[in-house]
Amino acid sequence: MQVDKNWTPTIVAFCCNWCSYAGADLSGNNRLSYPANVKIIRIPCSCRLNPMFILRAFQRGADGVILCGCHPGDCHYTTGNYYARRRMTLLFSMLDYLGIEKERTRVEWVSAAEGAKFAATMNEFVEAVTALGENKRLEDFRCKQ
Amino acid sequence: MQRIGVFVCWCGSNIAATVDVEAVADALSKEPGVVFATNYQYMCSKSGQDMIREKIKELGLTGVVICSCSPRMHEATFRKTCESAGLNPYMVEIANIREQVSWVHKDKAVGTEKAIILGRAAIAKVQLNTPLIAGQTPVTKRALVIGGGIAGIQTALDIADAGFPVDIVEKNPTIGGKMAQLDKTFPTLDCAACILTPKMVDAGQNENIRILSYSEIEDVKGYIGNFDVKIRRKARYVDEEKCTGCGTCMEKCPMKKVPNEFNMGLDNRTAIYIPFAQAVPKVATIDANYCLKLNTGKCGICSKVCLADAVDYEQKDEILEEKYGAIVVATGFNPISLEKFDEFAYSQSPDVVSSLEFERLMNAAGPTGGTLLRPSDKTHPHTIVFVQCVGSRCDASAEKGKEYCSKICCMYTAKHAMLTREKYPDTEVYVFYIDVRTPGKGFDEFYRRAVEQYNVHYIKGMVGKVVPEGGKLKVQASDLLDNRQIHIDADMVVLAAAIEPDKSARPLATKLTASMDTNDFFTEAHPKLRPVESPTAGIFLSGTCQGPKDIPETVAQAGAAASKVISLLVKDNLVGNPCVAKPDELMCNGCSSCEKVCPYGAITYEDKPFRGPNRTTLIRRVAVVNPAVCQGCGACTVACPSGAMDLLGFSNRQIMAEVDAICK
Amino acid sequence: MQAVIKKKAIELLESGTVNRVLGWKAGEFFYDLTPAVFTTPEQIEKDFVYSVFSGANMSKYLIDESKKEGKVAAFIKPCDGYSFVQLQKEHRIVRENIYAVGLACDGMCDMREIREAGIKGVTSVEEDGETLKIGTIYGEKTMAKKDALLERCVHCKSKKVVDCDEMIGENGEENRDCGRFDEVEKLEAMSPDERFAFWRSQLSRCIRCNACREVCPACSCVKCVFDNPNSGIAQKAAASDFEENNFHIIRAFHVAGRCTDCGECSRVCPEHIPLHLLNRKFIKDMNELYGFYQAGADFESKPPVMNYTTGDAEPSIVYARGGDK
Repeated sequence: MQVDKNWTPTIVAFCCNWCSYAGADLSGNNRLSYPANVKIIRIPCSCRLNPMFILRAFQRGADGVILCGCHPGDCHYTTGNYYARRRMTLLFSMLDYLGIEKERTRVEWVSAAEGAKFAATMNEFVEAVTALGENKRLEDFRCKQ
Repeated sequence: MQRIGVFVCWCGSNIAATVDVEAVADALSKEPGVVFATNYQYMCSKSGQDMIREKIKELGLTGVVICSCSPRMHEATFRKTCESAGLNPYMVEIANIREQVSWVHKDKAVGTEKAIILGRAAIAKVQLNTPLIAGQTPVTKRALVIGGGIAGIQTALDIADAGFPVDIVEKNPTIGGKMAQLDKTFPTLDCAACILTPKMVDAGQNENIRILSYSEIEDVKGYIGNFDVKIRRKARYVDEEKCTGCGTCMEKCPMKKVPNEFNMGLDNRTAIYIPFAQAVPKVATIDANYCLKLNTGKCGICSKVCLADAVDYEQKDEILEEKYGAIVVATGFNPISLEKFDEFAYSQSPDVVSSLEFERLMNAAGPTGGTLLRPSDKTHPHTIVFVQCVGSRCDASAEKGKEYCSKICCMYTAKHAMLTREKYPDTEVYVFYIDVRTPGKGFDEFYRRAVEQYNVHYIKGMVGKVVPEGGKLKVQASDLLDNRQIHIDADMVVLAAAIEPDKSARPLATKLTASMDTNDFFTEAHPKLRPVESPTAGIFLSGTCQGPKDIPETVAQAGAAASKVISLLVKDNLVGNPCVAKPDELMCNGCSSCEKVCPYGAITYEDKPFRGPNRTTLIRRVAVVNPAVCQGCGACTVACPSGAMDLLGFSNRQIMAEVDAICK
Repeated sequence: MQAVIKKKAIELLESGTVNRVLGWKAGEFFYDLTPAVFTTPEQIEKDFVYSVFSGANMSKYLIDESKKEGKVAAFIKPCDGYSFVQLQKEHRIVRENIYAVGLACDGMCDMREIREAGIKGVTSVEEDGETLKIGTIYGEKTMAKKDALLERCVHCKSKKVVDCDEMIGENGEENRDCGRFDEVEKLEAMSPDERFAFWRSQLSRCIRCNACREVCPACSCVKCVFDNPNSGIAQKAAASDFEENNFHIIRAFHVAGRCTDCGECSRVCPEHIPLHLLNRKFIKDMNELYGFYQAGADFESKPPVMNYTTGDAEPSIVYARGGDK
């Protein structure tokens, strides 16, 4: 695919309030840079992420969506990320089944202490999505400017 | 339409150096609903907060967006600021342009653009915010402690000491638990009874403590601050008020062949019994399984000899209904059954005993009066083999035993070995171990004393087989360090059986909607930071019901649980988190999907009447969320297929509005 | 079979066991049988039909019927039975108000298959053992019944009626080795581009008639998110590729773990979109990742999406699985 050199992907990162959002804060505290394409939405827990939100992001022009939550076993609400893990596994598998690039969606567990992991994850994810190019398969032409 | 004010903070140069704050304020001022946008050096300073307050009042703002540091830093600050100006605190949203922008993006143009987008997302969210008011629920100033071992006793004493009434529910006829059965305690070797029984007496006499012995939890309803508990007071066929504990009935009872559970079945007791001399309450109980009067109708001797007229063969179970503000679980442990470990000949020879049995054999109040005698022929054992980790640290695939370390066995085995050698220096003592684990104050010194001063033979390796033969126990074992097989002709073998949670814990957890791990230990709200609280609000954990513990740890946790209970009970009202799940009952199917994923048991169902077609009334089952119990994780919102369940403060539409603003 | 069922229906009405009977009657054509409620023996004699086209799953109708006055009799085929139990688990139907008669079933037929076999102008279809006697305006023809079966019957997962008050015929067994995931596997083996092309060619035909949703026993929400203007994703018609995808992904997700694989969605789709392949993908994934699960096979179990184990696979397993060839 011909990739526009100036094109950069839009990435939505859903972060749970207790671990990953704090991890993102820590990467800020430590001045660990990651691309500005990544925009974070704070949710109370990874289990709050409804598959509808992911599809919505793609519809509105996101090129990649990542969910970050507490490591399994460390959920602030005890079990939230276990449910999120099953839901996202099934959803991603379904997207792949429909032929939608699986590299556009990801789950990473990032603790409040893992500022470096947060930044590294975002760098890597942006790179992977950039390589894929624009999201064409789940875009909505009506939402294009 | 909201009237939104946007306040962009410079954070000195922290934000302003890499974000054009003026451009951000300018761009956001053009967003729909924004009536005011400004930037300022330090929004969190007094003058910054004053400005926010002033603008809320002056412009009649209905929503506020602050572009600043992380909400984890100052969200609470700005919410308070706005509240003091008459704005609902939940009408405030923070765009994090420091940790997520200025500190991670060095290019000013890039940072400014991202800051504007994050600001837009916050504005889009505020557009859909609604004022939220945290609910308040009154607190019943009374605690329930389930289990009357050392954990339960200590917790009850500490709560009572703070002036709150406490009920202890104990399923056995007396409190005291496992500690009452112990002889000496490691590492100080003070006698268990000497330190426990005064506490039992204190609990019995404390005017704030009521001991409901021989009782079980029947049902638990309600939530933090307001539990309704049904307690089954099992019929003990003796009036607790009248019984003086004189013991005459026990002397006269003709049924003397009941295995004595307090002595691990190593001797017998009567059908009417007081478990041990220092029992609290010191009240007799008739064992309905063995009582001749209750089973055959003939006898009635205890009733005749009782001067207090306390025996009542007609007594029935009673259900007591009580209200509590907090519940402490202290259900404790039991050694595992050794049936599956027949390689150690436990069921073949009475001289193969568990450590708790050995404890009774060493105890002055035990079946042998404290003289160590073999159960089989009542002779002195001259060679004793201790086997550690029986059922602990087992392979998951082994289908017997537990995967975890029972934690206390290394130390009590060292204690047993040491006490044996001290009392009977002519006895050879062998201890077979996988590892000797002695982390704890004075623990390793204690173990080394056993080895160095008392010459206990510690051998790394497992016992493979024990065969009773000619009055001896042939022990085959391997010495892993010397890499050789060992054969010992032992007189006694003592098995350090793994400990497991009491069997009553699992059904109790269901009643409490408190979660458990796969080993049936209660789960704590956070493994590091909230170790004495259950994830279910208002339920606290004390002692080994949460995991294997020794006595000092149990007492420490008991005190910690008590302090958590006290800090709950001193409150007149509980202020909840208003960001809780809220079902739209018009859309709810009543399908129970949400209930299945709720970790707190916050969701119940009600049959409610709804208007049907043609002026009919339809009864529909709909979900009801108790806002005092819900913690706002949102698991239910995704489980709900109809979208009836939403989360206040993080609603579907709010999150989608943020998504839209970011992806535009 | 029809005579036995009719007799049972009349008997239940006359004995007062029930005051209504849920069954099938002919629709526009003799082969498009639709569910109907009968209240008198006369109606049953006249209109009740049970034939190789009685595929319609009856369980969903019980949501409303079981809440009415008196008891209703329902005839439950094995695949209806799973939905019947699932809906009971979800507290959607009042079991006390239902007299459930289980039916042994050896497969229902699909008119499309008969037409595709080149048989035109069909006026009647009679079952005669393994053969279908087909009356047409061009004379009588025959066809093996196995060649005319509905897709779900070709890969019949179970002949067991999980819950009923009595059985007509002998109750059967589950058949886990029914090959119902073969098609899913074929798709999984394709490249992402091929899969995308396949699903576009299918889903782009969707006219958003909502037939799949209306017939689905799991899609029995009081109000569907797609009809709810407050949900933020309400749609009337699929106006773009995205909405076609979105509707079917979300629908499959909402029924995941609750879908009993009754196959009604595909049966009723006027565009012949193989919608069951979406549901079966979820079922297959859940079976493989979390252990075999059949919705509606019991009254206690939790659906895999409402359950977890601490050692579950990570979502990254998707990168390793699937056919990226």
